[in-house]
Amino acid sequence: MINGISINYYILLSAILFIIGSIGVMARRNSIIIFMCIELMLNAVNLLLVAFSTLHNDAKGQVFVFFIMAVAAAEVAVGLAILSMIYRNVKSIDTHLLSNLKN
Amino acid sequence: MKGFLVISALGVLAMLAEVFKFKRILLPLVVLGILAAYALNYMEWEHPYSISYFQNMIAFDKVALAFSGVILITTFFWFILANNTYDNEPHMVDHYALVLFAVTGAIMMTAFTNMTTLFIGIEIMSIPLYVLAASKKNNINSNEAGFKYLIMGSFASAFLLFGIALIYGATGSFDLNEIRAYIASNPGNMPSFFYAGVIMMLIAMCFKVSAAPFHFWAPDVYHGSPTIITALMSTVVKTAAFAAFMRLFMIGFNGVNETWTGILVVVIALSLLISNITAAMQSNVKRMLAYSSISHAAFMLMVILANVRTNLSVNAILYYSLAYSIGSITAFGVLNAVTKYGNENFEEFNGLGKRNPVLAVCMTIAMLSLAGIPITAGFFAKYFVFTAMMTTTYKWLLILAVLTSAVGVYYYFKVIIAMYFKPAANEEPVEIDMGSKMVIILTALITVIIGVVPSYIAEMFSV
Repeated sequence: MINGISINYYILLSAILFIIGSIGVMARRNSIIIFMCIELMLNAVNLLLVAFSTLHNDAKGQVFVFFIMAVAAAEVAVGLAILSMIYRNVKSIDTHLLSNLKN
Repeated sequence: MKGFLVISALGVLAMLAEVFKFKRILLPLVVLGILAAYALNYMEWEHPYSISYFQNMIAFDKVALAFSGVILITTFFWFILANNTYDNEPHMVDHYALVLFAVTGAIMMTAFTNMTTLFIGIEIMSIPLYVLAASKKNNINSNEAGFKYLIMGSFASAFLLFGIALIYGATGSFDLNEIRAYIASNPGNMPSFFYAGVIMMLIAMCFKVSAAPFHFWAPDVYHGSPTIITALMSTVVKTAAFAAFMRLFMIGFNGVNETWTGILVVVIALSLLISNITAAMQSNVKRMLAYSSISHAAFMLMVILANVRTNLSVNAILYYSLAYSIGSITAFGVLNAVTKYGNENFEEFNGLGKRNPVLAVCMTIAMLSLAGIPITAGFFAKYFVFTAMMTTTYKWLLILAVLTSAVGVYYYFKVIIAMYFKPAANEEPVEIDMGSKMVIILTALITVIIGVVPSYIAEMFSV
């Protein structure tokens, strides 16, 4: 229990956010939206870690959140660099155009 | 640990090479540094100073040292092989630095004892590889490969993190040994979300080792990336991912193995079937090798499934990853030389037996090793996997593995047939620099040597 709310609700909320994010990654065609969906998935994890950290009265979970934030920033920096390179080549960020590699 | 520090310092040194103008001597410096790291690694094996570092965040025990040894050997060969490719490349320094950082992450993955170091290790390895996969800036295929790798890699990382969070919630710890102890002291008494966490981590690791049905990104990424980077991805990354997989599931989640073995069986069966059948239909050699790497992943997963509580399984995975890495370095080295100007289809290999007999012999040895034909290393690699599997209840998987390996022989022999029995379009020998040629010959020799005398590596950890 955290402030009278059962931990199950925190898990449920994070799971819903995570699922919305993963559906977004699979269904959306715009690369920027895909990156946003990945961020949503990572933030669902952060929420869950903070909730568990409070539940266990233990700071390790919150420290882990910092690691996730730092890595997510690095990942997006690389991702946007790749994206701007793709835009220079095909003048679009639609993932439909990225299907040259086939069997 | 010292080897790990040397490699990370080399990465920083490589970044400075441009500014302080020692670009010309960077390659010898890096190669010597890797050798030094290997020597330090070996000394640590003989006289361990301390096993765990940073408050039990990372532990260089003998298993970690052995796997980092495999990674360092492959990196050593890779750098000599890559020398020619990056000779006239204006951003050569950045490439070297990125590769060295990826290797740092890979070594970290072999030695993690905490979920934090697992996650950080995976990311340190993956993020440079996203950049390297997309490093041919004007080639749309390379861009696509980098982008797909990035999206799939981050997607898998998100699953891994959600799994870690759920396991932390259930056990209150990120430490592998504490998690293991918690599971042992509460048998059958874990909250249900703990099992969900284990399964999510399993899915994420299957993504990372590219096992079916989570393999779909691998052929595209292997195909689109520059050949030399594909060589790195299929050797160093595979070895590191399997070392991490083994540690996580055979040590951390050994107490709950009934949760994950059922899923792993399905993953292995699907990987064997899909990869071998699809590989047989490819016309592009790089794609074929990508699918074949999925089938090798399935073989290594079989050892983890067998979960023999002795050193037998550690030996089997170590031997398999060494045999596969060395064989792949030869294969990708030849592929890189042959396809420098043309496409990557099987026809490019036509008549290589006449044009360049030495390369053709080395490629033949590599293909035989990957197919698992005796006197090459690949045979014993598969033999040890089968020995480990014999003790389990999944004997039908063994039959499936043998049958699909037979399909494997077909597509590996397609390369050999093209080299020796098809007429070449032109008779000129393939251009290849001295260093790459030496690496290809040396790795082919090692493949035969560890195939003839497997005991040195296969009995590294006494059973």
